[in-house]
Amino acid sequence: MKYVLMFVETEEFAKELEAMSPPELEQAYQRVNQWFIDHAAKITNRGAKLQGAPSATTVRLDGTEPVTTDGPFMEGKEVISGFLVIDVADLDEALRVVKTWPGCPVVEIRPVES
Amino acid sequence: MTSDTAADELARVVREHAGRLAASLVSLLGDFPAAEDLVQDAVEIALRRWPEEGIPDRPDAWLFTVAKRRGVDVLRRQENYRTKLAQLQWPVPPASDDRLRLIFTCCHPALAREAQIALTLRVVCGLTTAQIAAAFLVPETTLAQRITRAKRKIADAGIPYRIPRDDELAVRLNEVLAVIYLLFNEGYLSSTPDRAHSRDLVDDAEWLTALLAGLLPNEPEVTGLLALIRLHRARVAARFTADGDLVLLQDQDRTKWDHAAIADATALLTRTARRHRSPGPYQLQAAIAACHCEAPTWADTDWHQILVLYDMLLLVEPSAVTRLHRSVAVRYVHGVRAALSELDDLDATLQNYPLYHAIRAELLRADGRPSEAHEADRHAIELTSNPAQRDLLHARIAKN
Repeated sequence: MKYVLMFVETEEFAKELEAMSPPELEQAYQRVNQWFIDHAAKITNRGAKLQGAPSATTVRLDGTEPVTTDGPFMEGKEVISGFLVIDVADLDEALRVVKTWPGCPVVEIRPVES
Repeated sequence: MTSDTAADELARVVREHAGRLAASLVSLLGDFPAAEDLVQDAVEIALRRWPEEGIPDRPDAWLFTVAKRRGVDVLRRQENYRTKLAQLQWPVPPASDDRLRLIFTCCHPALAREAQIALTLRVVCGLTTAQIAAAFLVPETTLAQRITRAKRKIADAGIPYRIPRDDELAVRLNEVLAVIYLLFNEGYLSSTPDRAHSRDLVDDAEWLTALLAGLLPNEPEVTGLLALIRLHRARVAARFTADGDLVLLQDQDRTKWDHAAIADATALLTRTARRHRSPGPYQLQAAIAACHCEAPTWADTDWHQILVLYDMLLLVEPSAVTRLHRSVAVRYVHGVRAALSELDDLDATLQNYPLYHAIRAELLRADGRPSEAHEADRHAIELTSNPAQRDLLHARIAKN
């Protein structure tokens, strides 16, 4: 089954990242890289790291006219920072992959419609 | 046979067979929701017909035949299922007990707690939606939606029908035990002497735990939960007066307790403790219950031992509610004042918990502060929705 992993950043996580020294930051990136290597067989080539929430633009089409606004569709302390499609046997395997994720503190798992 | 025991017998038979049938049908069809629908359908037909026609000699074969026949009709569109069902023969090969897989699927952590409870009762214990709704006092439509959503999630999210891997078993087993424990608590606290019209969830909780203990004989916490449930049940005859009023542990007639059941449960607990080192939270709670059960009178209670057990429990599982219960032991070991100062620390966390105020009221009364005690009892009444507990608190206020 294919699942989309949606990576979610929190304000605290962003602050922690900012406070890191260059070597600490380098180590954090290393851990994430290693995770990608460890799970390479399950990771499809679909996915991306997204630019920050301030770069988002939202268009609402449920009114008479499309309305364009600045920012993500939901204002909040948690924002989606990237996504990835994995291909695994079932939810338990997806959970195993996600539980070892060394990056941002929240990950949502959604099955892809087949 | 009174209608009550007939209903108990019916429940027992359905419980014994519905889960097995569900487990083999899920294995066969590879489709949890479809298999579950077939079993539920067969159970509902059985509950309509058995009270009139009598329980068949082979209830399992009866349920199987109905589920299979209905299945071939209902699943007409799915050619694949129909073929598989048509090939299904009775008896199903007794290879392994698939109900363990069923339990782990129903209690998967990706399902909400309420859904885990409802699914387990329906799929593993063979309760109908109406019975579960009545037991939890929620509208049947609400419960039906909860179950439909949960089954859809199992199918859509790819929740596997499998016993967890060894390295995941401990965590997943905790989830299952938490579901059964909640079920037990709900049944125990909401129970009344007159339960002719409601399903006794405590029965289901004990049965589930015994099933789990049989399937996973080397898991000490499963045995611990089983002993805990049995120790509570052993005191059930003394929990209510003839008029149906709740009787507190300290006022119970201990000759009414089931002392044989207490001895069995205590022996079970001791055997488990001998085989495994550091006891987990269910074993510790059972050990506390055993201390109470073994005391010939309230005055003979071994409070020092109980306090030690509470301290161990707080180490493995810190919780404000455990500290609240511990405060009762503190009172009898270190005095009322010490217990009251324990409660002061919990005030912020347990402000909306009725038992906090009820225990505080008792301590205040023992400390010679009746008006504050009165106020605390009033507070407890405002917070509790359980009629038997409310009556008890009202009686206490009237008496003091």
